[in-house]
Amino acid sequence: MNPDFRKITRDGLWDNNIVFSQSIGLCPLLAVTGTATNGLGMGLATLAVMVVCNVLVSWVRVLIPSEIRIPVFVVLIAMVVTLVDMVMNAWLHEMHKVLGLFIPLIVTNCAILGRVEAYASRHPVAHAAMDGLMMGLGFTLALVVLGAAREALGAGTLFASARLLMGDSFAWLETTLIHGYRGFLLMALPPGGFLMLGFLLAGKKLIDKRLAARQRRSIAVGETLVET
Amino acid sequence: MSSMMPRNLRGEAISRWVRLRQRFDDMETLRQRLDYQTGLLAAAGLLASLLLGVGDLATQGAIEQRQAEDLLATLEQVLPPDLHDNDLLHDVKTVSDTGLGETRVYLARKDGEVTAVAFRLSATGGYSGQIVLVMGVKADGTVLGVRVVAHAETPGLGDKIEIAKSDWILSFSGRSLDNTPEERWRVKKDGGDFDQFAGATITPRAVVGGVFRGLEFFRRHRIELMSAATGGQR
Repeated sequence: MNPDFRKITRDGLWDNNIVFSQSIGLCPLLAVTGTATNGLGMGLATLAVMVVCNVLVSWVRVLIPSEIRIPVFVVLIAMVVTLVDMVMNAWLHEMHKVLGLFIPLIVTNCAILGRVEAYASRHPVAHAAMDGLMMGLGFTLALVVLGAAREALGAGTLFASARLLMGDSFAWLETTLIHGYRGFLLMALPPGGFLMLGFLLAGKKLIDKRLAARQRRSIAVGETLVET
Repeated sequence: MSSMMPRNLRGEAISRWVRLRQRFDDMETLRQRLDYQTGLLAAAGLLASLLLGVGDLATQGAIEQRQAEDLLATLEQVLPPDLHDNDLLHDVKTVSDTGLGETRVYLARKDGEVTAVAFRLSATGGYSGQIVLVMGVKADGTVLGVRVVAHAETPGLGDKIEIAKSDWILSFSGRSLDNTPEERWRVKKDGGDFDQFAGATITPRAVVGGVFRGLEFFRRHRIELMSAATGGQR
């Protein structure tokens, strides 16, 4: 793979992950991650909008003066989200019934404006598309992990009603982890989202620290090898 | 590589590059101009509204049809097929009621006689916003079925009122104001007949209250509805 694309992938999924590193887009994040299925639905809808917006802005970036870029971007994003909403409602109606709730929430996701402004407005179309895809995937990943953690603790299930989102062929995703679990209400409510997000952020920092330590060690070993 | 190119081709490539650079420099000065910026902003707004208008026109028909299909599907869930042989979507009577306000009542007819009705109402007192119900009531005042069509209750807790997640909502079938006295139209925790969910009482309480109000609405307008003319207002 092109080294640029490899870096974009790494940034989107881990190093510069929208949720775990940039800590933006938290409004839709906390609103929908009560279950893993909802997280997945919101993640995929955001992913689609992010790719389309990035490509669109990257395509017309030469035309847009920096003084008025923000209002132009906001108009473009709002338009794309509304079009996606209408098209899904008309022709993907079953999916819209499940995701429909989330689509207007995408407009409130500053991560989309963030990517458009920080990346797509300065890079060629292919790179911008890749960035949208990877940042979107990273966001989806964060939503699914957070949703799964909250759902497991809150209700003792995983991917409950995945069938409604993706059709009967995905019924196998639905698992009950703990039978007869009484539920832990706090996790299903927004404060539980904040708490769980805090634990996940701490977890990511811990892993990064370990990775950095290991890298330092291997560099040190490499240096001694060179010296001898 | 360049030495292998014929001279004239190379010259043309260079002059094309120069022209391109020039255009880019013009772009730079153009982007600084206030009239260009104003124009671009207006153009972006115009383009967005144009596309949205086109999108709306293109999808409007399909969306209306999908919504009608949804409504019909819900109506058919609460009005069993053996009770009607008419077109439910076009046999409607609008009733103004003191409790529910203007309500569109869908009439189920068999051989021209009204056998049952279905209507939509909003239950209040839920955990978050209104819970929109569609309920079918037989001519004698018993509940044929209730479905929740829209709500914003807590996922994983209050959403067990949806038929897709739990069959709790079926517990209303066969109930009426005659066989269940007013003080029993409550959740068990409040001394009534209906189950609540583990960890969520507020949502089922709101739904039970909503169904009760629906039955009272039917009792107030029973005679008017039973004698409604075929076709009705649309």
